[in-house]
Amino acid sequence: MASEIKGWDRNQMAARAALELEDGMYVNLGIGIPTLVANYVGDKDITLQSENGMLGMGPFPYEGEEDPDLINAGKQTITELPRTAYFDSATSFAMIRGGKIAAAILGGMEVSEEGDLANWMVPGKLVKGMGGAMDLVAGVGRVIVVMDHTSKHGDSKVLKACTLPLTGKGVVDRIITNLGVLDVVPGGLKIVECADGVTEADLRAATEATIVG
Amino acid sequence: MQKIYGSAAEALDGLLFDGMTIAAGGFGLCGIPELLIAAIRDAGTKDLTVASNNAGVDGFGLGQLLETRQVKKMISSYVGENAEFMRQYLSGELELEFNPQGTLAERMRAGGAGIPGFYTKTGVGTVIAEGKEHKDFNGQTYILETGLVMDLAIVKAWKADETGNLVFRKTSRNFNPPAATCGKVCVVEVEEIVPAGSLDPDHIHLPGIYVHRLIQGQHEKRIEQRTTRKRQEA
Repeated sequence: MASEIKGWDRNQMAARAALELEDGMYVNLGIGIPTLVANYVGDKDITLQSENGMLGMGPFPYEGEEDPDLINAGKQTITELPRTAYFDSATSFAMIRGGKIAAAILGGMEVSEEGDLANWMVPGKLVKGMGGAMDLVAGVGRVIVVMDHTSKHGDSKVLKACTLPLTGKGVVDRIITNLGVLDVVPGGLKIVECADGVTEADLRAATEATIVG
Repeated sequence: MQKIYGSAAEALDGLLFDGMTIAAGGFGLCGIPELLIAAIRDAGTKDLTVASNNAGVDGFGLGQLLETRQVKKMISSYVGENAEFMRQYLSGELELEFNPQGTLAERMRAGGAGIPGFYTKTGVGTVIAEGKEHKDFNGQTYILETGLVMDLAIVKAWKADETGNLVFRKTSRNFNPPAATCGKVCVVEVEEIVPAGSLDPDHIHLPGIYVHRLIQGQHEKRIEQRTTRKRQEA
């Protein structure tokens, strides 16, 4: 059944998410598939924010050129660019909370039809913390969640209501999954497009949330 | 106005007491006050409440104070890299207060700026908001968070002049300036102390008014996630 439908792989999801970005945007990318989005921005003039205190994040350093004073929010060594600016954590989250960052592309565990996002905690499992995710979803202009549409067991992760503790309530604007793209609209979710080889019927069948239109 | 001390232990002399609260700069292992943390471990001060974005790793950074059971409570946003932390937390030996990262940074900044509380939309509708005052402004709901004022701030900077004016380097700045401001006393470790007048006054990141004691020392600066690309990709 639904398990046979694959749709987009990780890189195709990242490439689709990159289409959301426009020239001149300041953007924060989360850990996982969202990090891959940077590989698909092409010629667009995008400035990446790293919430530990940097605008204008560059690629990973060449071997031997790692700098312990220069890391991203995932604690990975990175590099700077001619446009780079550094600042402290309070300033970093002032620009996030203040709505100066145009968009955040984040991973997710569950999204609800009202735009609730759960991506930081599974009760009973190891709790590592929310990091900057709650601030990002509360503050940035547009929140785009990139995740698999269903769990390994085939259960929908696009739900009427989240079952996991929330990262933010009513914060998600668009969901990009391996099966397609959905927008959070009044009354539920609206199908924007289906992934390659996925029909609208497949997408509906794999979605627990209300689909409108 | 003599702020320069010979060692981390001397700089902390008379400042440490059991049950005290400490704000520590750093993000992961980047820009952590590693010399001052080691000196607090050696001093054996107990029942500490530590506000720090992360809790170090096993055996390094704040992980050292966890190993010796000197920490009673952590106020952090992310603690995933420390097995000993998790063991103590799950067994109930260690208290943990999760703060969203931006809320933690702003709590330090506000506390240091004489602002006892502030409203934020971060965490509204989540467990973070439970038990906190909610208030609407312009049709949006916000929650009340409090400023942090800590007994001691421990901070790492790149350079200082003799009067404590600080310059940070790249992303090692992170939580260090807000942590510095929220301490009743602030002790700073740097890689180099230079004569007054040799730093450009327009390029000071944190003025010396926030810095009470200062040491220079050798830093290990451990890398947590070494990621590189191959040269032929260039």
